[in-house]
Amino acid sequence: MTATLVAVQVLNGLQLGVLLFLVAAGLTLVFGVMDFINLAHGVQYMLGAYLAVTFYGLTGNFFAALVLALLAALVFGLLLEFVVFRHLYDRDHLDQVLATFGVILFLNEGVRVVWGSSPLSYPIPEMLRGTIPLIEGFGYPIYRVAMILAGLGTALLLWVLVTRTRVGMLVRAGATNPRMVSALGVDIRRLFMIVFGFGAMLAGFAGVMSGPILSVEPGMGDGVLILAFVVIVIGGIGSIRGAFVAALIIGLVDTLGRSFMTDIFKAFLAPAAANQVGPAIASMLIYLLMAGVLFFRPSGLFPAAGR
Amino acid sequence: MVEPILVLDGLRKAYGALTVTDNLSMVVQPGTIHALIGPNGAGKTTLIGQISGQIAPDAGRIRFAGNDVTDLPMHVRCRRGLARSFQITTILPRFSALENVAVAAQAHDGHSFRFLRPAASEARLNDAAMAALDTVGLGDRASARAGSLSHGEKRQLEIAIALVMRPKLLLLDEPMAGTGHEESARLVETLEALRGKLTILLVEHDMDAVFALADRISVMVYGRLIAEGPPDSIRADPEVRSAYLGEESAP
Amino acid sequence: MSVASVAPGPVRSGWQVPVILLVLLAAVPALANAADMGFATSLVTRIMIYAIAALSLDLILGYGAMVSFGHAAFVGIGAYAVGIASAHDLWDATLTFPIAILAAGLFALATGAISLRTRGVYFIMITLAFGQMAYFTASSLSAYGGDDGLTMWGRSEFLGTAPFEDDRAFYYIVLGCLAGCFLFARALVGSRFGRVIAGVRENRLRMQAVGFNPYAYQLVAYVIAGMMAGLAGALMANQTEFVSPSTMSWQRSGDLIIMVVLGGMGTLHGAVLGAIAYLALEEMLSHVTEHWRVIFGPLLILVVLFARGGLGRLLARSDGDG
Repeated sequence: MTATLVAVQVLNGLQLGVLLFLVAAGLTLVFGVMDFINLAHGVQYMLGAYLAVTFYGLTGNFFAALVLALLAALVFGLLLEFVVFRHLYDRDHLDQVLATFGVILFLNEGVRVVWGSSPLSYPIPEMLRGTIPLIEGFGYPIYRVAMILAGLGTALLLWVLVTRTRVGMLVRAGATNPRMVSALGVDIRRLFMIVFGFGAMLAGFAGVMSGPILSVEPGMGDGVLILAFVVIVIGGIGSIRGAFVAALIIGLVDTLGRSFMTDIFKAFLAPAAANQVGPAIASMLIYLLMAGVLFFRPSGLFPAAGR
Repeated sequence: MVEPILVLDGLRKAYGALTVTDNLSMVVQPGTIHALIGPNGAGKTTLIGQISGQIAPDAGRIRFAGNDVTDLPMHVRCRRGLARSFQITTILPRFSALENVAVAAQAHDGHSFRFLRPAASEARLNDAAMAALDTVGLGDRASARAGSLSHGEKRQLEIAIALVMRPKLLLLDEPMAGTGHEESARLVETLEALRGKLTILLVEHDMDAVFALADRISVMVYGRLIAEGPPDSIRADPEVRSAYLGEESAP
Repeated sequence: MSVASVAPGPVRSGWQVPVILLVLLAAVPALANAADMGFATSLVTRIMIYAIAALSLDLILGYGAMVSFGHAAFVGIGAYAVGIASAHDLWDATLTFPIAILAAGLFALATGAISLRTRGVYFIMITLAFGQMAYFTASSLSAYGGDDGLTMWGRSEFLGTAPFEDDRAFYYIVLGCLAGCFLFARALVGSRFGRVIAGVRENRLRMQAVGFNPYAYQLVAYVIAGMMAGLAGALMANQTEFVSPSTMSWQRSGDLIIMVVLGGMGTLHGAVLGAIAYLALEEMLSHVTEHWRVIFGPLLILVVLFARGGLGRLLARSDGDG
């Protein structure tokens, strides 16, 4: 366990954290403002990656693919909203869970039909290849640094949008009291669409960025979805600040846990036992964390007031 | 001097900057009908909530039947004989009226960790439930789905549910809210018939009912009691008149 | 929108549908033989095992409005109990089955005690989390196959004999378990206990105001449901002679919820119908195309949007309500 290794894993944890934040932000907004559980948010992440695969194939340029994929993800998200989700806003959560589960089934299989089952990929853009030196001549991938910066930049942008613009104010108001906002004459449907579309784009953005370092395959959104839900539950539903803090915590806990849990156990268990228990506990760590947080704060760390 | 059935000692409850219960102390004597009146927003329902155990006070103690119940949850207080009806009708909509009352009887008839025998055929529970329904005048609606009852019938059902538990203290939170004249009169009759058999703490706006039933009246304004005494002295109290009765013509 | 407004109403159904189902199910092996469709017996066995799991979920989801997204974990634990026992050469069902049921029950007790302190979507999430924990624990049991799963070399024995080995006998054992669970569930729902659970679903505050502690009753219901699901798991391990962590995945939990909702929540026989419909549909569609989920997904969405109440309610209406 060298300092370099720890530093690398901390950076990896931050990278996972910002990725989770991008997915969780849309999820928590949609849940907070529209009281809508969207299990299909994970497939929106997956779609971002798949669309980038196609557009990269067409343009040969990562950044062009990024922009096109984002736009396509936005369109697709709005389409889903129009065809399916719109009819579910007034339904109870169970119906929403089931219907969005149906969307997951459909799209996970759908990408198999369109793109096949084999994992796909596209390369890191030229300018972001290579490493930058960290400590003692150990390099950390530039691309991952770029991801962290992009994620933090988006978080900043979101913060500005939500606290400094009129739409952002409406979104915050809507997260605390949707009926009141509607009663004040705001076109709540349009607000929903904006929130939804933006959330879909964020998830898609995370997906596009993940493509070069993870494999693009059917079901890749499922794991991310669960993590994102853990993030918003810990962070507090409806709170972007909560999602940010929780996402970073989860990213760090999960990454560092997986890297070092076995070693930690080796400190007081026999190696054979540690090798068994370590990975098991590591994978459960964030769930234990969530259970713990919910035990003391049943509404998460930063619940949007009024929930 | 008989021990009071309910003693409220310095109750305080605030929601942020809004103090809803302001250092309130009150005593209710057993066997009496004690009315609690006051303008809307005075904090009466919050007070009932604290007495029944739904809301925890920020400070102060509550003694019921000689015991300090301040830290006890609602269901435990209920088991000890404190029953409550709700201002906003709180029934089991898809149960029949009879079942609504029977389940309350069930709660006070042994334990309910019985997994096999059908509850619907327990004669003792059904008889007690029917009796309570008859008392409030809902006997002929026993098998109706509770959700389909009229508003006034639902208010009656609330009372029946509370009565079947044979409480020592009955907290009634605006039982006549939204009921018609005939139904209110019937409720007054029902409560009058219960006089002496149990203690009633009645929150109401219907002044006819209050002055007809109450042995003692407490007047609450902005979380505080501004007056307390027998109906006649309350009627005549100038502060009460200006704060509450003034606009209405006291009967 | 809270989760409390879940089941469109308890259905006091008669006995027609369950009896018809029982007769049909009892006739399957003979019919399958006659029609030379040997696989049908095995398929329907699988369906019945899932029906037991769905039935257990209906108790807490349909009647109790507790939307548990980790129910598959109990099935998996039951299966693993039998699987692990077989790896240690313990085959007698009179021991392994009670162990399976108990293990699932204990897990339900521990997780339910924590989960039931939460409400609404938090409950859904935390049950999901516990389900995931079980899944990851199973995946990390490298001594018992880990991710790849554990093969059982044979089926459970019963006091020295091997009645499970014969597919037909096994079919009737499973049918017997299903019938037994169904009868138990029906008695439970009509009992004092069942009334409290339904009452808490209708109006939690009212039940507290009447003197019931909702938490205690819901926890007991949760444990009972967990144990019944554990039984389904033990039977499943026997049927497939293989246990793997995927039995406990959240997707499987989702499948169980679909079965309960499809069949009609809160009707009990609806859970059985839902399991039949779901698995039969899966079987049929997978012959049409390997990408059957592309059809199934939208179908599910349509059911949710337009057929609230599911099959059980449709049948109950013709059956006679009340």
